[in-house]
Amino acid sequence: MDRAPTARKEETIMKVAVDRDRCCGAGQCVLLVPQVFDQGEDDGVVVLLDPSPGGALHAAVAEAASVCPTAAIHLDPHG
Amino acid sequence: MSESGPQEYPFRSQAPLEPPEQWERLRQECPVAPIRLASGDQALLLTRYEDVRQVLSDPRFTRRLDAEDAARVTANASGGVFGVASGGLAGGGGEAHQQWRRLVGRAFTAKRVLAMRPRVEAMAGRLVADMVERGSPADLVAGLGFPLPVWVICDLLGVPDADRDRFAYWSDTMLSMTRYGQEQIDAAQEEFAGYFRAHIAARRADPGEDLLSELIAIVDAADGRLTETVVLGTGQGLLVAGHETTANMIGKMAAMLLADRSRWERLCADPSLVRPAVEEVLRFDANPGFGMPRYLTEDLQVGGRTLPRGSTVVCSMGAANRDEGAFEHADAMDLGRTPNAHLAFGVGPHSCLGQALARTELQAVLEVLLRDLPTLELAVPPGALARREGLLVGGLRQVPVSW
Repeated sequence: MDRAPTARKEETIMKVAVDRDRCCGAGQCVLLVPQVFDQGEDDGVVVLLDPSPGGALHAAVAEAASVCPTAAIHLDPHG
Repeated sequence: MSESGPQEYPFRSQAPLEPPEQWERLRQECPVAPIRLASGDQALLLTRYEDVRQVLSDPRFTRRLDAEDAARVTANASGGVFGVASGGLAGGGGEAHQQWRRLVGRAFTAKRVLAMRPRVEAMAGRLVADMVERGSPADLVAGLGFPLPVWVICDLLGVPDADRDRFAYWSDTMLSMTRYGQEQIDAAQEEFAGYFRAHIAARRADPGEDLLSELIAIVDAADGRLTETVVLGTGQGLLVAGHETTANMIGKMAAMLLADRSRWERLCADPSLVRPAVEEVLRFDANPGFGMPRYLTEDLQVGGRTLPRGSTVVCSMGAANRDEGAFEHADAMDLGRTPNAHLAFGVGPHSCLGQALARTELQAVLEVLLRDLPTLELAVPPGALARREGLLVGGLRQVPVSW
């Protein structure tokens, strides 16, 4: 709206990071966005598949971050 | 409120599907409230979302409820499930807990649980078909809610179908707060341990595809990570944690969705709402049970107050889930609510290990009911539903339904 034109929607970038030490393996992120998150076969700990997912996945990734029981998903919406 | 002395806890609400009136009052006026437990001991009850989240996420609030001055949760000596859990790795903190959790956790990854889903749906479908064959009306708790999670856990542990009923009884007894006497609890624990040791031996001789066989293989690899006692504790933990909780939630979910039938109709019209609807009934649950106790080994700040070391706090996730500060229109059920960061499974490093499985069971049951019994309705007025009393996990005794 009153932001500079550099923040056009189609160029919005989201950087995702995960904290594997904090992760408790609840698996919510994998259920919500399997394109971005997986779990290690031998320990259930989160594996980040895509650190900069496309815009269509941003809402689901944000939901995954907000419902993560150990707050192990960090988002930087500006990249 | 505090001048009137500690309140008796757990609270009782007037209407079976409504939260106790204390929740809102305490959130507003007394977010760290003195309470008296069934044992007679005193503790502090937390009812605000932020406070509950903070305490459950902070390892300095320990699970050492066996400390000499910790409040005893139950009226009997063993302390039920909290007494059992606090002795094992599952209940401990730090690295040992994390190691245990990651060993067992691999059985509960989202992918593994999703792979179980067709079997869970088939079990739910069979139970619903049996219920239909016996005819309308029926009790959904006895016919579906209680059997399904035991079937699923027995499947997970490789326990034969014929022993499911015994598992259900042991689970019920070991979770007791006041309903069973200490003798019955001890006897159930002993019987379970005896059965399970024999089952471990049988699985060791003839391993299957189940989680138990996998755990035994890890023990036998003798890498010192997991002892046989821990395998036993893990089996017991999975049973008590995975049975009663999910079983009760199936009955409560049906009751909540049918109490206002427009909810049920909305789900019939749009089954894509099943996933968020399951999260919302978990959040909305007015009978979630006791809550999560924690013991303080040092002075700590909560909600602007300093709680002294030696305090036992009880986190009411149910009250926190109705906190207007965290959820818009918290007292309204919104089947499409997103995101829904409710605390029904706890939060932090000890949050429910089996939550992906629980979610899958609840989603599968709901889908099967919507598909096979779209005309389902409560056979009694919602106000006539009766709560189960005296157990740590809240639920409804029966949910009479017709179709």
